Amino acid sequence: MTLLDQFQLILKTAGWPDWAVYLTPALVGILLIILVVLTVVIVFIWWERRLISRFQIRLGPNRCGPEGILQPIATAIKILLKEDIVPEKADKLIHFIAPIVVFVPILLIFAVMPVGENAIFVDLNVGIIYVIAISSISVIGIFMAAWASGNKYSYISGIRSIAQMVSYEIPVVLSIVGIALVTGSFSMLKIVEAQSIPFILLQPLGFLIFFLGSLAEMNRSPFDLLEADSEIVAGYHIEYSGMKFAMFYLGEYGVALAYAGIITTLFLGGWKGPLLPPIIWFLVKVMMVFSVIVWIRSTLPRFRVDQLMSFAWKAMLPMAVINLIVIAIEVLVIPASLQWVMLILNLGFAAVLILLWSKLFTLGGGRVEV
Amino acid sequence: MTIAVNTEETGKKIEEAIPGSVVSSDKGSLTVDSKALAKVSDFLKNTPGLEFDYLTVLTAVDYLDYFEVIYRLVSLKNNQSLILKTRVSGRENPAVPSVTDTWRAAYYQEREIFDLLGIKFEGHPDLRRLLLWEGFNGHPLRRDYL
Amino acid sequence: MPIKTEQFYLNVGPQHPSTHGVFRLRLSLDGEVVTDVEPIIGYLHRGIEKLAESRTYTQIIPLTDRLDYLASMTDNVAYCLAVEKLAGIKVPERAEYIRVIFSELMRISSHMMAVGFYLNDCGAFFTPVLYMWREREKILDLFDMVCGQRLLYNYMRVGGVSQDIPDEFIPAAKKFVAEMPQYIGEYNQLIKQNEIFLARSKGVGILPKETAINIGASGPVLRASGVKWDIRKMDPYSIYDRFDFEVPTGDAGDCYDRYWVRMQEMTQSLRIIEQAMNQMSVKGPVCSDVPQFFRPPPGETYGYIEAPKGNLGFYIVSDGSIAPYRLHIYPPTLINITALKDMMIGWKVADLIIIFGSMDVVLGEIDR
Repeated sequence: MTLLDQFQLILKTAGWPDWAVYLTPALVGILLIILVVLTVVIVFIWWERRLISRFQIRLGPNRCGPEGILQPIATAIKILLKEDIVPEKADKLIHFIAPIVVFVPILLIFAVMPVGENAIFVDLNVGIIYVIAISSISVIGIFMAAWASGNKYSYISGIRSIAQMVSYEIPVVLSIVGIALVTGSFSMLKIVEAQSIPFILLQPLGFLIFFLGSLAEMNRSPFDLLEADSEIVAGYHIEYSGMKFAMFYLGEYGVALAYAGIITTLFLGGWKGPLLPPIIWFLVKVMMVFSVIVWIRSTLPRFRVDQLMSFAWKAMLPMAVINLIVIAIEVLVIPASLQWVMLILNLGFAAVLILLWSKLFTLGGGRVEV
Repeated sequence: MTIAVNTEETGKKIEEAIPGSVVSSDKGSLTVDSKALAKVSDFLKNTPGLEFDYLTVLTAVDYLDYFEVIYRLVSLKNNQSLILKTRVSGRENPAVPSVTDTWRAAYYQEREIFDLLGIKFEGHPDLRRLLLWEGFNGHPLRRDYL
Repeated sequence: MPIKTEQFYLNVGPQHPSTHGVFRLRLSLDGEVVTDVEPIIGYLHRGIEKLAESRTYTQIIPLTDRLDYLASMTDNVAYCLAVEKLAGIKVPERAEYIRVIFSELMRISSHMMAVGFYLNDCGAFFTPVLYMWREREKILDLFDMVCGQRLLYNYMRVGGVSQDIPDEFIPAAKKFVAEMPQYIGEYNQLIKQNEIFLARSKGVGILPKETAINIGASGPVLRASGVKWDIRKMDPYSIYDRFDFEVPTGDAGDCYDRYWVRMQEMTQSLRIIEQAMNQMSVKGPVCSDVPQFFRPPPGETYGYIEAPKGNLGFYIVSDGSIAPYRLHIYPPTLINITALKDMMIGWKVADLIIIFGSMDVVLGEIDR
C-alpha cells in the first residue's frame, strides 16, 4: 500500500466522486514531483559549481546570496530572459519539439523512485525495466536536436550520440538483471526491502558496470563527447538559446539526480538507515553519489569516440556477461541465509576480473614504463 | 658554436660543380644567379662535407632597383651555417625558382614573400596569398607602396 | 555491401574555444576521419614588419612584445640581441645575468600555459590549467615586481635592460625556485600515468625525424622527434655557455613526447635560474650607453634565440639611418605548422584538436 493508495482510500471514504478520487492524488503527486525535482536540481547546480571549484583550488560562486545559494536562480533568470534564436536552415518543428522529448522522460523516471517506506508514486512490478525503457527515449530527443539544428558540429555530435548511448545500454541492463536475480522481482520497493546487505558489497562488479554505464548515459565526463567543449563546441545544443537551452541544462542535472537516485535504490540500500528519517537518508546518499560523479568530472580527461566504443563492447560487455553467469550460479547454489558467502565470492571474482582485463585490454598507446 | 662556413671556399666548390652560378662570395654571404638556384640548392643539400639540410630564414628585401632573396641554411650534422642570396630585377613580374622541393620549410615563407612583396616562385605547389585576403590589390611591403 | 558515404567540409572556424587564437582549419571529413586539412591564417595580421620601417630601433621594442604575447620577454631579448649584433654594442655583465633569469622564468611560464591548455583540449575541464596557473601567478608577481607589467613587459632595451631589479626580487625568486620542483612533481604525479591521457596522446600525431628537419621545425617540436638541437647548447648566445644544463629529447615524435619534453625543460630552466642567481654578484650598470636616435652602421645581420616556442629570429637590414631598412621576423610556430597536413590526415576529429594543441601555437607570432 503506497502512500498514494492510502490517500485515495481516505478520499473515497470521505465520499468524493470516483473520478475525483482517481484524479486528485495523481495531480497532487505530479505537482509534488515537478516541484521537488526542480528544487533539488537547483541545489545540485549550486553544489556542483562549489564542489568543482574546490577541486580547482578556487572558491566558486559566493557573492549572490549567502555562500552563493541564489546563484543558480540568477542563472535561471538570465537564461529565461535570452532571445530565442532559431537558425534559418533548421527544421523548425523538430527543433521546437526536441527539448521536450529530452526533458519529459527524465521527469517520468521519478514516478518509481522510493523515497521512504512505501513512499512511491506508483509501485510498478516492472519498476526498473520501466526506468531503462523511459530513459532511452531521451536518446531520440538528443538526435532530433542534433539533426534539426542544421549545423555540422551538432551533426557530428548526433552521430556520436546514437553510437554511444545504444552501446552502453546493454551492460547496464545486464547488471540490473544480476540484481533482479538476487531479489526475485523487478519492483523498486522490493529491491530496497531485500537489501539486508547493501548490494554494493554483494555485487561490486555489478555496481561498477552500472555506475560507468550510467555516466555514459548521462553524457558526463569522461564520456561527454557529445558536448565536448573543446572539439565540437557544445555539440547537440549548440543552436539553442533561451528556454529551450534551459530545458537541456535542467535535463542534464535532472538525469544526474535520477540516476543518482536509481543507484541509491539499487545498490546503496535506498532509504534504509539507523536513526534519521528515511527521506534524509535518501537525500544524503543521493548527494554522496552525485559528489562522486562531480569528482570524476573534474579530474579525468575525455575519451575519443572509438576508444569509448571499444571500452563498451570489449571490456564492459564481457565483464557484465561473466558477472551475470557467476551470480546466477551463486543464486542457485547458495541458500538465502548464507549471503555473506556470496559477498566474499563476489568480491574475489570482481578483483580477479578487473585485474585480468587491465592486463589484456589497452585503449590505445599503452602504459608508460616508469 | 655554429660556425659560418668560409664563403669563398664554398663559392669555389659550387663554381666547380655548377659553372657560371656564383656571382659573388665575399662579405659573409654567397650570391648566386637565380637561374641556377635549383641546382645549387641540390648541391648544397647533398654534397658530403656541406649537407645543408635545414633551411631557417627565407626572406626578401626590396632595394628599389632589384629584389634580393635571402636564404639562411644550417647543417645540423656539421654545425655550420651559410647565407645564400640571389637577386632578381624588375618591378612588374619578378620570378625566382622555388626551393620547396629541396627544403619544405620554404612552403609558407615563399607564400608570404609573394603576398607581401610580389615575387613569384616558379614551381611552388600552391602559390597564393597567405596573410592578406584574396582580392587584395598590391604588395604592401614594397618600398613604393604607400 | 559497403555503405555509401560522402565527404563533407567542416570549418574549425576562426572563433573556436580550442584554436588558441583566431586560426581557421578547413577540414574535409569522411564520417569522423579527416581526409584533408588546410590551415588559413592572417586574421591577426597587423603589419609589424612594415610598421618597423618607420620607427626608431627603441620604438620597435613594444611592437615585438606583441608577437608571442605569452612570452614577451624572450621576444624582446631576440630583437635586442639582433640589434646589438648589428651595431656591435656590448651588454654589461649584470644585464646579461638578468636577461638569462627572465628568459628562463618566461620559458617556465610559457610551458605551463602550453601544457595546461593541451590538457584542457584533452577534456580535463580546466583543472590542470588552474593548478598550473597557481604557479604562473607567482612568476607573474615576480615580473610585476620588476617592471610593473604582467603580460607585455617591454623590459629589455638595446644594450641591456631598462631598469635594475629591486632588492626584494632575489629572495622572492630563490623562494620560488626552491618550492617549484615539488609542484612539478605534483603535476607529473597527476598527469603522467593517467590512462585516458595516455590513450589520447601516445602514438597520436607522429612527426618523423626526417620530416621535422625538412620542414625546419624548431623548439620542443623538433626535440620531441629525436633531434638534439637546442640553440642554447649548439650555438650559445649571451652567457649560456657558463651554465650546466641538459637538453631533453623524445624518441617517437608523438603528442606525448612533446608534452614530456616541455615538462622536462621546465626542470632544466629551474637549474639555470639557480646557477644564474648564484653567479650574479656584480653590481654595475644594467644598460650600455646607447643614444636615443642611434644609427648602426650599414649592413645586415640575423639575431636568433631559443624562445619557448622554438627558434625566434630577427633579420635586420640597416642603411645607417635611425630606423631599420627592413626587419623580418622568423616565427617558429608558422614553420612548425607546415607539417600539419602530414600529422593530421587519417586521424579523427578529436585527435585534430589534440595534435594542434600539442604544437603550442600563438597566433600573434604566426600572423605578425
